[in-house]
Formats: sequence, structure tokens, C-alpha cells
Amino acid sequence: MQAKTIFPIAAFATGFVALSVAPFWADRADLRLLMEGLSYLALAQMWNLLAGYTGLVSVGQQAFVGLGGYLFFALAMFAGLPVIPGLIGAAVLTALIALPTGWIAFRLNGAYFAIGTWVIAEVFRLFAAQIGSLGGGSGISLPVTVARSLGEGREAREMTMYYIAFVIGAVSVGAVWALLRSRWGLALTAIRDSEIAAETVGVDTRRVKFLIYILTAGFTGLTGAFIFLQKLRITPDAAFSVNDWTAFVIFIVVIGGVGTIEGPIIGTILFFALRQVAADWGTWYLMLMGAIAIAVMLVDKRGLWGALRSRLGLSAFVTERRL
Amino acid sequence: MSPLLSLKGVDKSFGALKVADQITFDLPAGQALGIIGPNGAGKSTLFNLIGGALTPTAGTVQFDGRDVTALPASARCHLGAARSFQIPHPFVGMTVFENLLVASSFGNAGHRDQRAACKEILERTGLIHRANRPAGTLTLLERKRLELSRALATGPRLLMLDEIAGGLTEGECLALVDTIKAIRDSGVTIIWIEHIVHALLAVVERLIVIDFGKIVAEGDPKAVMADPLVQEIYMGISVDDAAA
Ligand SMILES: Nc1ncnc2c1ncn2[C@@H]1O[C@H](COP(=O)(O)OP(=O)(O)O)[C@@H](O)[C@H]1O
Ligand SMILES: [Mg+2]
Repeated sequence: MQAKTIFPIAAFATGFVALSVAPFWADRADLRLLMEGLSYLALAQMWNLLAGYTGLVSVGQQAFVGLGGYLFFALAMFAGLPVIPGLIGAAVLTALIALPTGWIAFRLNGAYFAIGTWVIAEVFRLFAAQIGSLGGGSGISLPVTVARSLGEGREAREMTMYYIAFVIGAVSVGAVWALLRSRWGLALTAIRDSEIAAETVGVDTRRVKFLIYILTAGFTGLTGAFIFLQKLRITPDAAFSVNDWTAFVIFIVVIGGVGTIEGPIIGTILFFALRQVAADWGTWYLMLMGAIAIAVMLVDKRGLWGALRSRLGLSAFVTERRL
Repeated sequence: MSPLLSLKGVDKSFGALKVADQITFDLPAGQALGIIGPNGAGKSTLFNLIGGALTPTAGTVQFDGRDVTALPASARCHLGAARSFQIPHPFVGMTVFENLLVASSFGNAGHRDQRAACKEILERTGLIHRANRPAGTLTLLERKRLELSRALATGPRLLMLDEIAGGLTEGECLALVDTIKAIRDSGVTIIWIEHIVHALLAVVERLIVIDFGKIVAEGDPKAVMADPLVQEIYMGISVDDAAA
């Protein structure tokens, strides 16, 4: 192995180890921030897998964040499911609901697909506001018994909560890596580089894209379920927010580097660093984000990691097969 | 025996522009067919129609006795129809070897040893020294060779080659002709679109001339080339000059 891979691998491994023991070094506020960061990492990995590899640019991922959140609340409140089965159940149900929405969205091409995904998310938001038993338009709080079940005392509960976030973040990276190293990864990377050529050499691109759409919907639903478990309260506007769950996520992937595993990780770190510095600036903060995203597109649209990789040959999550 | 490929009354229009007009021909298994015609005549479009990148406005495409007109390109590839693109479409972020691995994993290749098969193809096409390079770093000529290699890696029964000899030196061109002859002799049916006619005639046993989307001449290569109509299409200049 060369320095080009050793240095990035060491950096990512250090980050992984530090995060795996975060409750022992971070204070409450830091832990909350890390949980949010890990959630965003998972959302970014999923959006990147979908848009960066299969070219399906969705601006409606908030549909699945919101569905995951609402389904988790419903499973916990009405079916009495414990937290972990509730999270998994919400993920599975979200993936199932993505079957018909995908069937609709896949009838649309390019920009129409993007608009379609957004419209579908809006429909879910309006629908959620109609469900009285889930609080309608004003939302609902998670019963305290659900949060209590996470552990004895506040510290234990926060520790449990953190490790759920850690597993979600780590699995999002690990699963994408494993996927890209598999036979499926060959197909996905080929589709990323040329869909027409991938189809021509036998990759059933429609099927691959649909399955990835369903898979990322399910994992996005899981992440959404966790996000609202952590918030303890859900409203249609928060659950189906295009800003929070799609715009910021796209920003993360674009500045980090689309079509790579490392890009969403770097992007998440940059996004949170920026937010810590500039969040108080109000509208200026959003404009700064927009300006940065545009600058990245103009300077090097492969994003920070893409630029580093092509200039310095860096790589950490190696997927390459050598002869 | 039914032909490997059979086109019946195939039409394709882009708006008012008719780029395939009642194309009808049979291709027996094992034959090597050449296609020539002026730029914009509809030759590459024909590959898109046979390969499944485009669906015809009318007519049918049969492969191995089966109507494949409605099948997507990937399904036709699984049946054994492979093609190269005139303008190369490499998987730029993957290595040359990985480009072939995609084709051998998803094509018609079956359960053979894929690494060994890809390696052998790269040796045959002279790209082996580039095997672990990202395809995005290849030159245009290398990209064309990658198109041929990747099509071969799918395990084709029908191989469609679209202008892969352009830009080669005389020596390289002869080597390419030998490679394609060897592929033909291994039992693969070939359709080759090529402007470098002397290279084409060294391989094919039958020639089709297309102009404005129509088949205007067809048959024995020598006889077709001598046809006054074909001469006229090329406006009296030799085809090799026209290609230069
Ligand atoms: N997707 C398309 N949309 C519209 N016109 C096209 C398309 N593909 C090809 N054409 C047109 O069809 C004609 C035939 O193109 P082509 O088959 O590439 O010719 P050839 O390979 O014989 O040079 C050209 O005029 C080209 O501009
Ligand atoms: Mg052409």
C-alpha cells in the first residue's frame, strides 16, 4: 500500500474509532451534534447511491424521511412495538411504499423524474396532515414510555440513542462499500459512467435502478425514523421538509464529491463545520451555502474528494478490481 | 436452418427524417457482413435498432428465430448480440479490466472463468498493458479497441463493429483485420460498418450499401463495389480516399 491510500484510510479509521467511543469523550451537546451528523451521513450516502451512481436525481427524499418518521411513531404508539423493531419496521414499510411511488416516478425521465419525486413527497406531507390520530397538521409527540424504554436514566438513554445513530451511519457507509465491491457494484459504477453502454453489455439498467431506488428509500426511512425518535416530536412540515432532508443532503454530496463513498463523509464534515460557524447569519447562511455549491460546480464539479482523488490519487474505500 | 439475424421491413424516423427505410435482410450464422454508405446514411442507427438502443417505428427484428423487437438492449445482449459504439462510451471511472468484467459478468458469457477470459481478450486486442489503467486515461484509438474488447467480453454470437479502423496506421489496420478474422473463424457472426473498404473487404463475404436509410445494393463484395450506383454514391472517388 502507498501513502495515497494509507493516509486517507488512517484518517477515516481514526474518525471511525473516535465516533465508536464518542459517549466517553463528548458532552451532551456534542453527542447531539454527532447524532445529527451521523443521520446526515446516512441520508447523504443514500442520495449519493441513488443520484451519484444511477443518475436518478431525486429532490423528494423527504418523502421517505417523513414516512419513516411517521411510520415509526405509528408502530410505537398503535402497535406497541419496541424501539428497535419499530425502526426496522418503519424502514421495511417505507421500502414497500416506495414500490408504487417508484412505479410512478420511473415513468418520468430526467428533470420530470426530479419534479415527480418532489410532488410525491408533497402528497405525503398533505396526507400526513389529514391523519387525526397522528396529530394532523400540528403533529404529535412520542409517548414518554417509548423514550423511557431506551434505558434507565437520561445518560443511559442518550448512550443507547447515540449507538443507534452510530450504527446507522456506519452501516450506511459499510453497506454502500460492500455493495460497490459486489457484482452489483460493477453494474452501478458502469451505469454511473455510461448508462447506455452498461445496458448494451447486458446490465438490466431499469431493474438495477429500481432496486436501488427501493433500497435507498428503505434506508432513508430508517434514518428518518431515527431522526424523529431523537426529536421526540413529529409534524408534517418538519417530517417532509425539502430543505432539511433533500437540499442540505444534496449540498453535502455535491461539495464532498458525487459518485464516491468518501464524498458524502467529507461533505457531512464540511456542512456541519460551516453550520457551526455561520448558522446565526440567518438567510446569509443559506446564500453562502448556495454560493459554495455553485463555486464547487464551477471549479471542479467532482467536489472536494473528487478533486483530491484525481489530483493526488487518494483513495480510502477501495473498490477497484485488478488483473 | 433459420438465420441468426433477420430484419423485416424495419423503419425508423426521427421526426420528418427517415433514417431506416424498409430495411430487410437475413444474416446466416457464421457469416461476416460488411456495411458501407455515406455519413449520415443510417448505418449506426441500424446497429441501434438491432442492438436495442432504439426501437423501430415499424418492422421486426428477429434474433435466433425469436422476435426481439420489443426487448431492451440488455436482454438482446444476454441472447448474444453485442456491439461497439462508433463514438466510444468507456466506463471512464473504471479500469480497462473492470470495463470488460462488467461485460463478462452481465453479458452472455455463462460460467467460464471471467478473469482469465478478460485477460485473454485484452491480450488479443493489444490492451493488456493498459488493463489496470482507468479507461478515462485512454487515447481515442485505445478507446476504440476497448469498445471491441468489451463487446467480445459479453460472449457474443453476433458482433457488430462500428467504424473501428479509422485513424489506424497501415500496420495497425492489418493487425486489426487479423484479429477480426480470428473472431470470425471462431464462429462469431459479424456485421462490420467501415469506411476503410480494403480492410473491410479482407474480412467480409457479403456487402450491403446504405444510402438515405435504404439498402441500395447488396451481395458479393466485389460485385457490389463495381455497381455503377455504388460508384455514383461515392461520386467516382475511391472509397478509401473518401474516408480519409
Ligand atoms: N437520436 C437521434 N435523434 C435525431 N436524429 C438522429 C439520431 N440519431 C441519428 N440521427 C440522425 O440520423 C441520421 C443517420 O445517422 P447515423 O445512423 O449515425 O448515420 P451513419 O452511421 O450512417 O453515419 C443522421 O442524419 C443523424 O443526424
Ligand atoms: Mg455511424
